[in-house]
Amino acid sequence: MRTNDVMLQTATKVVTFIILMFAVHIFFAGHYTPGGGFVGGLLTASAIVLLMLAFDIPTIKKILPINYVVLTAVGLLIAIATASASVIFDVPFFTHAYDYFDLPLFGETSLHSALLFDIGVYLVVVGVTMTIIQTIGEDE
Amino acid sequence: MILLISTGVLFSAATALGLIRLPDVYTRTHAASKSSTLGVLSILLGTFVHFWFNEGIFNTQMVIAIAFLFITQPVAGHLIGRAAYMTGIKVAEETVRDDMGPAIGKRKNNQQEELENE
Repeated sequence: MRTNDVMLQTATKVVTFIILMFAVHIFFAGHYTPGGGFVGGLLTASAIVLLMLAFDIPTIKKILPINYVVLTAVGLLIAIATASASVIFDVPFFTHAYDYFDLPLFGETSLHSALLFDIGVYLVVVGVTMTIIQTIGEDE
Repeated sequence: MILLISTGVLFSAATALGLIRLPDVYTRTHAASKSSTLGVLSILLGTFVHFWFNEGIFNTQMVIAIAFLFITQPVAGHLIGRAAYMTGIKVAEETVRDDMGPAIGKRKNNQQEELENE
């Protein structure tokens, strides 16, 4: 019997945005405070899993048409690209660089190329977690 | 601040006591979802106030956590109660009123009639 789960679905609609917002916060906070690509990725994956629990997998596939295997590959490519970009500037592999920029809204901010590597980690974590959960969840 | 944190601890203790003393799943989820929400929220609020006034840190994560728990904990309690009822766990013997059982029965009958009409 298909039960009526309005409570769960309504709560999910509100809570998912809080989780995603917090995931982005954790991701960008990684350089100076606890957090980073791994935790941010896991939080994002957990938000998507919550959506899948409240609704069902075909619906989520319709609103988030992402192939998570490709997402993992893109993440690995970004990580390798940022690591090997240092070779172009004639410094050892994996050397990172940073500089201070005056951004319009944030004021003086230090931007570090480790952030790009972290984006790679983030995408890989989201991709791998979602692939595992989808493969287990779709067995019928 | 001390008042907030001690209220929180007292309410958490009341939750634990309720979990031991109450007769069935439904009354226990009732205790667990309500008083522990208030307990944890007051502890978090006390910590938030402490860091704000004594250390001068406005911790946004704490505010998010308070809002998040306030939304999710009652929903979790509701879902546990529902899941327990759906899997057919008996209510305590003292119970005199059961509105959910007839409602579910009616729903099941409606679905069967629809299937038969098709």
